[in-house]
Amino acid sequence: MASHLPPKPTPQHSTTTAGGMAESGHARPRGLMRWLLTTNHKEIGTLYLLFSLTMFFIGGIFALVVRAELFQPGLQLVQPEFFNQMTTMHGLIMVFGAIMPAFVGLANWMVPLQIGAPDMALPRLNNFSFWLLPVAFLLLLSTLLMPGGGPNFGWTFYAPLSTTYAPPSTSFFILSLHLAGISSILGAINIIATILNLRAPGMRMMDMPLFVWTWLITAFLLIAVMPVLAGVITMMLMDINFGTSFFNAAGGGDPVLFQHLFWFFGHPEVYIMILPAFGIVSAIIPTFSRKRLFGYASMVYATAAIAILSFMVWAHHMFIVGLPLVAELFFMYTTMLIAVPTGVKVFNWVATMFRGSISFEPPMLFALAFVVQFTVGGFSGLMLAIAPADFQYHDTYFVVAHFHYVLVPGALFAILAGAYYWLPKWTGHYPSVRLSQWHFWLSVIGVNLTFFPMHFSGLAGMPRRIPDYALQFADFNLVSSLGGFLFGASQLLFVLVIIKCVRGGEKAPAKAWEGAEDLEWSVPSPAPLHTFETPPTFQPREH
Amino acid sequence: MSRRDDQATGRAGVRRTVTRTLVVLAGMFAFAFALVPLYDVFCDLTGLNGKTSARAQPLVEQEVDASRMVTVQFITRGSQGLPWHLEVNTRQIRLHPGQREEVFFTFRNNGDATTLARAVPSVSPSAASLHLRKLTCFCFQEQQLAAGETLKAPLVFQLTRDLPADIKTVTLVYTLYPVQSAQAEVARRESITEGDSA
Repeated sequence: MASHLPPKPTPQHSTTTAGGMAESGHARPRGLMRWLLTTNHKEIGTLYLLFSLTMFFIGGIFALVVRAELFQPGLQLVQPEFFNQMTTMHGLIMVFGAIMPAFVGLANWMVPLQIGAPDMALPRLNNFSFWLLPVAFLLLLSTLLMPGGGPNFGWTFYAPLSTTYAPPSTSFFILSLHLAGISSILGAINIIATILNLRAPGMRMMDMPLFVWTWLITAFLLIAVMPVLAGVITMMLMDINFGTSFFNAAGGGDPVLFQHLFWFFGHPEVYIMILPAFGIVSAIIPTFSRKRLFGYASMVYATAAIAILSFMVWAHHMFIVGLPLVAELFFMYTTMLIAVPTGVKVFNWVATMFRGSISFEPPMLFALAFVVQFTVGGFSGLMLAIAPADFQYHDTYFVVAHFHYVLVPGALFAILAGAYYWLPKWTGHYPSVRLSQWHFWLSVIGVNLTFFPMHFSGLAGMPRRIPDYALQFADFNLVSSLGGFLFGASQLLFVLVIIKCVRGGEKAPAKAWEGAEDLEWSVPSPAPLHTFETPPTFQPREH
Repeated sequence: MSRRDDQATGRAGVRRTVTRTLVVLAGMFAFAFALVPLYDVFCDLTGLNGKTSARAQPLVEQEVDASRMVTVQFITRGSQGLPWHLEVNTRQIRLHPGQREEVFFTFRNNGDATTLARAVPSVSPSAASLHLRKLTCFCFQEQQLAAGETLKAPLVFQLTRDLPADIKTVTLVYTLYPVQSAQAEVARRESITEGDSA
């Protein structure tokens, strides 16, 4: 199979005409300006990933404040007002600042390499969409220091809690979300333009690696729903500052409308945070099973099916607002329908491993943990989809357990798997196996200690977003808090792995993993700044 | 094809893709705002959000359905930051579909300033809202009360005979909301004011 992809000799540090900087004829800026002005997809990808890692730790510290307060019943460390700001900021930062930018960073690095393109289609726009993010999140974090504190209404910012009863800093929160949204939209446009126009000659759509496919579909989801989010927060802004009544019952508006609009954005948003993860895992499992991906075409169609269904399920977040029976049934059935394409995917991953020659390098460990634990989150999602049962589960820790299982051991583990998988390509060195194994096992133990007991406390009726709880929940919360601190601390090992990997370690060849077949493994490790300035010849493989 | 041609077609393709995505983007932004009136229309047609008509509706002349009784409950709620009290003279009545009923609500401003408020209705189960006709309601306009003033206002309504048979109880909730004086169209209440209670 490898013979299909002859490694192209690419000069280590090319100075020819592909990159934006080199084209302008100036000397490449050094130091800070190099990063501020870069239009290179690899450098911007690195910026995205480092930004995401930073936000991951900031959001993680907020989560640990929450877990520390919940370590035992009663109020010990923080006041309820600050607790609410911590839960809200943790959610906002992890969703918009950590998970989404991490996927955009991986797309920046890997999509051009995987399709044989010299760079992203719109390199300058790429630079702009990255640098919007630090501005947006500095603004968001600064609201914590403003009079009245930062956002305290939960990451879903339901009106009228986020309009009539919101702290004065809410307009800044809206502005920062607008900036982050514009960044995502521009990133999505860039990714779509790159994938549709810059593929290597001979690469058809159905030849693209699944990470590219899943990102293409994700980018379409972003284009479709980020404007709706922008619309919702604009309406909030007008309700707060200009006396309109979109969500204000006193003026003839409807607070439930907010929830409809928000979840029309919000549900596709949760697939935005998981589809690229599917793509990463679909690259890693075949590599370390030394087999082709089972059911490539069905993977593509399943991804598209999930994306389309995601527009028809939003009200399953709102089963208790008083929907008529017909609507409860409709949203219950469509939600359960999503389990079908998702089941196709899980089946395909397992079938790929079946009779494969499996080895357990760090990326494979994380990918396997992803498959198992994401499925746990999927099952609790099915339980929540049952409308009459949801009346009991709604706004309890069962919901918290569910979405953390799909986001932490789901999306986050896939990002970590992707990082371990591509670190040899990025740095030219293999990550330390011993340290990565410690990181993996401590993460798996930590994550399950944290979130598994939440299923039980939730089923027993513990409400989410409350700083205090009844004594009966004390043991579950103690375990969750210990697990949370273990998981948080073990992520420092990941930073150590990256630092060591950048500085040195076992040298990686162009094709760093034995079973890896995609185009990115035909360029040297570390990938030079400019690759594929002449398009590679692509030989389609049979799927 | 030479490399230069490749690049030229690539650039044209990128421009076309960007234009199309921008069109979709603008369309979705407009769609988000279009959903606001669409939602209202949808709810008006189906009665899904339990809202009643914001204007007086004429009585439907029909024979009273003496074969069944429906319980109508009234709930009144105040609002944070509004020192008003709203009370109803009866918590619950039983009536036949088709029958015209009158209930009195009493507003009292316990604050020390003249303020404006509006009572916003909500009907549960929402399916009943399509069959609830209000001939007179204080909820059609804002009310203005001076400090300590009391106002007694009637609600005249009818539950039409086509109310689904499985609905045995209809709950009508009135929630008071403060209104900024700038946006108010103050109620004409010459006929219904009972005078100052003080």
